[in-house]
Amino acid sequence: MPEKKVIAMPNITSPNKPVNFNPDICNGCNHCVEVCQIDVYIPHPQKGKPPIILHPEECWYCGCCVNDCPRPGAVTFNWPLQQRGYWKNKATGEVHQI
Amino acid sequence: MSTWHDYLKEQGHAPDWPYPIRYDKEQEIDTDVLVIGGGIAGCWAAIGAARTGLTVALVEKADTIRSGAGGPGCDHWCNAPANPLSNVDPDEWAEHMADRPYSNGIGVQIQCREDWDTLLEMEQMGGKIRDTKGEYKGAEGRDDKTKLMISPRYTRVHSYIPGMVKPVTFKSNPDQKLNNVVIRVWGTTFKPALKKECKRLGVKIFDRVMVTSLLTENGVQGGRVVGATGVNNRTGEFMIFKSKAAVLATAGAGSIWNISTELGGYSNMMSRTITGDGTVMAWKAGATLTKMESTGVLRIATGYKHKWYTGAGDASYENVPLVDANGKRLPYPIQGWEDAGAMVPMPQVEEAIRKDILSGKYALPIYGDFPAMPDVERRATWNLMLGEESTTKIIIDTFNKAGYDPGRDLLQSYKFIEGSSLAQWREAGYGGGLLVDWNLKTTLDGLYAAGTQMFAPEDHSYAAATGRYAGRKAAAYARQAGETGISREQVDREKARVYAPVKRSSGMDWKELHAGIARAMQYYVSEFKTESLLNMGLDTLRKIEEESVPLLFALDPHKLMRSLEDTSLLTYGQIIIHASLARKASSFPLGFQRIDFPAMDPPEWNKFLTIKLDNGKVKTATLPMTFWGNMKKQYEAYNKDYAGVYKGK
Repeated sequence: MPEKKVIAMPNITSPNKPVNFNPDICNGCNHCVEVCQIDVYIPHPQKGKPPIILHPEECWYCGCCVNDCPRPGAVTFNWPLQQRGYWKNKATGEVHQI
Repeated sequence: MSTWHDYLKEQGHAPDWPYPIRYDKEQEIDTDVLVIGGGIAGCWAAIGAARTGLTVALVEKADTIRSGAGGPGCDHWCNAPANPLSNVDPDEWAEHMADRPYSNGIGVQIQCREDWDTLLEMEQMGGKIRDTKGEYKGAEGRDDKTKLMISPRYTRVHSYIPGMVKPVTFKSNPDQKLNNVVIRVWGTTFKPALKKECKRLGVKIFDRVMVTSLLTENGVQGGRVVGATGVNNRTGEFMIFKSKAAVLATAGAGSIWNISTELGGYSNMMSRTITGDGTVMAWKAGATLTKMESTGVLRIATGYKHKWYTGAGDASYENVPLVDANGKRLPYPIQGWEDAGAMVPMPQVEEAIRKDILSGKYALPIYGDFPAMPDVERRATWNLMLGEESTTKIIIDTFNKAGYDPGRDLLQSYKFIEGSSLAQWREAGYGGGLLVDWNLKTTLDGLYAAGTQMFAPEDHSYAAATGRYAGRKAAAYARQAGETGISREQVDREKARVYAPVKRSSGMDWKELHAGIARAMQYYVSEFKTESLLNMGLDTLRKIEEESVPLLFALDPHKLMRSLEDTSLLTYGQIIIHASLARKASSFPLGFQRIDFPAMDPPEWNKFLTIKLDNGKVKTATLPMTFWGNMKKQYEAYNKDYAGVYKGK
């Protein structure tokens, strides 16, 4: 195993990614920062970069940041694993989860 | 990428706070009408007041564009019996709604008379209320002429109240046609349109400002409300609002009994921002509240359960037939056209199914059988109802993207697998609130209330209609009210309270305090109540107030807001306990069980209990069940000048 620098970090709040940003599509317009009721995000200090998820544990998963994003695909919804729903193909019986 | 700890690892330091810090600095705003809370009720109040030509300031904790429980969307404009397709008289429908014990006859009368007009105004502003593109041609309830979509919801009856079921034949609908009182709407278009209209009318909007207290004439409790204080939750700036009239529209309190510290946003039935601030500031100002002892079992996920809607029921509880794992249909009413009834079935129905699951008759899990629905009804449910409802748009989009096809796939329901919440996880968001009169004026001069801020509130269209009404009534008051000054002493006292947590850099953070308050409520204000338990609750909350609140620390203006919200929750809890101590009887509709007063709804206790602070002392009193009088007559007496749908600029 290659040598890896290990730093001392506390356990971080988790789940901590209510959304995923795609930095190739997101242009850092921060519209999501504005529509969020909670201030889950803050603008990134560097202009043009996706916002920083600062308060993920306060998210109520209303989805407005994703719904109202002017650049489709820049931000996608990401339920915590335990919240992801299931469905079943009626004909084959195959079960899927988000 | 994008998380705080990613940034820390990449940069070697935490990001700076992105907004300028303005602790202690003051901004003073003078306005005719002040609206506190920029959700559905608040936006409509601001619009209603601004149309009269007065100056209006609208203060909102988040950003008005998507804030509040109805910010993301709305799928049903409920209880609009004045719509042209309705088969029931609005006044009769209002009476039917007010027939439920401890409802708000004033609010529902306003809703039933005015929310159709309100909806037409929503359309004028750019909200979508009709199937103009013909996407749902052939759907039951769609009117080809008006292109309105009537929903099956409430088409037979508004509510089944367990133990009080009675057949309802409306005098105005003797042939028992479907009542047609609920309209399907494209509510994701509403909130941005409301903000735009506020701006167009010149409303001054103060986003990201949490109002922390009401200012009264000479700083006296019970005096006329002459303004408010607030704090910007990004900059920490102190805001002083001076007003001739104010409308409170901040909604009730969620998550008093429970918070999941790592999924805090899930811990609230409505919006995370609903923390009882408005009710508490009115209480401190001396306004009378009622129904504060009413609670129910928390309906939401709290992060420990699945989330649909705001975490409540399932994808498949309205309009969709339920089947077991083998495809066997469950005898569970679907509230769609087939049943056309109230939203919640009788408890006996659920209990019978639960027994049949335990005996092996039905196999878990349960599924919503979307493929069995006719195509147009399936689309009307999946794309329109769920696609336009508050938090469900993102849910159906995410399912679709993941490959779910409602025409092919059964959607899993978590009913029966998860059971209901623990009985000591309770909520108060839908019960108590401000007492109002036929002007939606509170017991304080200069203070009005709308939407969920009032006792016994209803839904989105109720918030809209009562907001619009409170706005015009507050404006009428402001127009004739004299100038008044605020008390600097009262401002300074509040300023000291507000900034205390930012003066400390260690101690107790808001999450721990919130969880501590919640646990005290679980232990002492639970499903079962006694005088001694309730008094232990008061002692515990007092101890928290005296020993833990002074330890609160906030590292930035956002956490300062959360800390101040905790103090609202703490006071809200104390009000609930005081009200619970004063009601010396149990009550089914109030979700209220006193072990020491076990008689359920004895006739002498069928009355509202009111509560207020008078000179710092808690005072309770009672009001008759229908204290509002004859709803039709009273409404008409108070609204002789009502002009209907807005025709002005």
